[in-house]
Amino acid sequence: MNKLGSAIFSRLVIIIPYAWLLFFFLIPFFIVFRISLSTTAIAQPPYEPAFAWSDGLSGIWEKMGQFSFDNYIWLTEDSLYFNAYMSSIWIAGVSTLVTLLIGYPIAYGMAQAPRTLRPTLLMLVILPFWTSFLIRVYAWIAILKPEGLLNQFLMNIGIIDQPLIIMNTNWAIYIGIVYSYLPFMVLPLYSALEKMDNTLIEAAQDLGCPQISAFWKITFPLSIPGVVAGCMLVFIPAVGEFVIPDLLGGSQTLMIGKTLWNEFNANRDWPVSAAVATILLLILVVPIVFFQNAQAKAEEQGR
Amino acid sequence: MKSLGNIRRSFAPWTDPDAKPYITFRNVTKRFGDFTAVDDLTLNIYHREFFALLGASGCGKSTLLRMLAGFERPTSGEIILDGQDIAGIPPYKRPVNMMFQSYALFPHMTVESNIGFGLRQDGMPKNEIADRVTQMLKLVKLEKFAKRKPHQLSGGQRQRVALARSLAKRPKVLLLDEPLGALDKKLREETQFELMDLQQELGLTFVVVTHDQEEAMTMADRIAVMSHGKVIQVATPAEIYEAPNSRFVADFIGDVNILDGKVSASGNGKIELAVNEGFTVRTATGNTPATGSSAGFAIRPEKLKVTRAAPVDASVNAAEGEIWDIGYLGDMTVFYVKLASGKVVKASMLNAQREVEDPIAYDEKVWVSFGETAGVVLKD
Repeated sequence: MNKLGSAIFSRLVIIIPYAWLLFFFLIPFFIVFRISLSTTAIAQPPYEPAFAWSDGLSGIWEKMGQFSFDNYIWLTEDSLYFNAYMSSIWIAGVSTLVTLLIGYPIAYGMAQAPRTLRPTLLMLVILPFWTSFLIRVYAWIAILKPEGLLNQFLMNIGIIDQPLIIMNTNWAIYIGIVYSYLPFMVLPLYSALEKMDNTLIEAAQDLGCPQISAFWKITFPLSIPGVVAGCMLVFIPAVGEFVIPDLLGGSQTLMIGKTLWNEFNANRDWPVSAAVATILLLILVVPIVFFQNAQAKAEEQGR
Repeated sequence: MKSLGNIRRSFAPWTDPDAKPYITFRNVTKRFGDFTAVDDLTLNIYHREFFALLGASGCGKSTLLRMLAGFERPTSGEIILDGQDIAGIPPYKRPVNMMFQSYALFPHMTVESNIGFGLRQDGMPKNEIADRVTQMLKLVKLEKFAKRKPHQLSGGQRQRVALARSLAKRPKVLLLDEPLGALDKKLREETQFELMDLQQELGLTFVVVTHDQEEAMTMADRIAVMSHGKVIQVATPAEIYEAPNSRFVADFIGDVNILDGKVSASGNGKIELAVNEGFTVRTATGNTPATGSSAGFAIRPEKLKVTRAAPVDASVNAAEGEIWDIGYLGDMTVFYVKLASGKVVKASMLNAQREVEDPIAYDEKVWVSFGETAGVVLKD
């Protein structure tokens, strides 16, 4: 009886994450995908569905051949979308790199700090989450605008005599993304570096490797899983970021999150925005799946 | 020829006053804040010696090893290796290598690249590295495992990789920090002898840190027994066991009965102790404190005889008691005998025969006796 109970329990434990994914990812995604196949209409909601749920499975199957991918074709015809995707990936990529360059030394320093100090440092990294994300981004406006804190400070100490124009440029977006996502980089890096066995470094030194070289040969390669996790946690949400480019970026800023927002709210073109969202998902998911497969294979070969 | 313990040594440079020590710790002190890990310690280790640092945890043995490796700097004093003061040399420039207790194998490298790591640091040509690595793999019998990663090896195999890696650079001295600590008992015993053979074969100086006295006794030419940052006794395993210089060493190594008493007479190379258990000990071995001073007498359980009949001369080195407890261990039987004073002494007897006629039983009255060279008088 007990055995059966534990078998049921272990099933349940597995079911919960799958059920979560089904209800909060797969089904909503399917709804979005359905909208992306539809055409716009002056209606409530503003599109003509490609098929009705009431058609049943066989009905949907029949209509499958007539599905229109016009919205996707449209995306390829207007260079705006391609540019927006590319620019988003570029901005997210550069921001991720900068976040890594800043986050790695922070995480390394935390991991090397005395054991008693580490919880405090960890707390400080998490502390910004106690304030709303939106408020923190707004705060950057006050810092970066021409008459803002940063320019006042730099002008007062005499480094510049004209205010720097950072606000409403891509610079502001980089600053905003790097600032907002830094904790997501630091935390996985810290957890990778914190469990590193210090005797490995001693062993490397013992075998004739000076300390800096030991870092590159031992510490860094062993922290790569943390680097990958941190980069993904920063890059993925940064690609689709909307709030930061909207508040800090300028009119010339092209990011896919903003494009999608415009398509959805200003144009009221639900089908095209659904297609934009679907492509965004594919752009992010496909490389991740490939990457994880490659990593699993490498692991397998190592065995 | 009489010798301490059942072993004869041909290698004993420490008895030769002209022999030059290979490693010298001179008045070395190491403090961590208020804590003194190593306290004004002086020690000589000779070329090709298998030297063991033995002590309980926190006695400073690991700190001593880490100072030799260069991970810690002595607070004061000097460490001389092959005529050179090495105190200021960083670990990556020292001609010593260490085998770590945790093995510290690089998890992202194969067995091969682990072993070759030190050679690559030295900028050795690639083909020479490959040759040396092959040679090392052969030495530790792991040729088939060259391409594996550490996590794909058993504990014993990992230990061998760690050993091969620390030997690959042909160090002047190999430091071993609890080298067998993580192995199970059977493998540990095998590996002890392998390590000894390897040390002989390579003609290297080994310094091993261990808390396992059996391990130290088996492998080492000499043992330094340490406590609270000081060396209490440095001697061969047989000397440490048969002629401990202090109560601490006698108690730390093996089982021992210590009888306290006062020196009542001495002369003719013999010394008599009136022990608190109410009989007289006459012994020809150990220290000779002044008459009238109090001293301890140490005697190992296997050197005590337990008999029903009184010994021929029951006036010295004999006491009456009754069997308090008996432990049968297979190879030997241990008798706990309660003397008239209430003190319980331990005596062990080898079970040389399978069958014993009329064995000694619980609560029987017995005599405990020993010879004049069976035990030693301790210094303090």
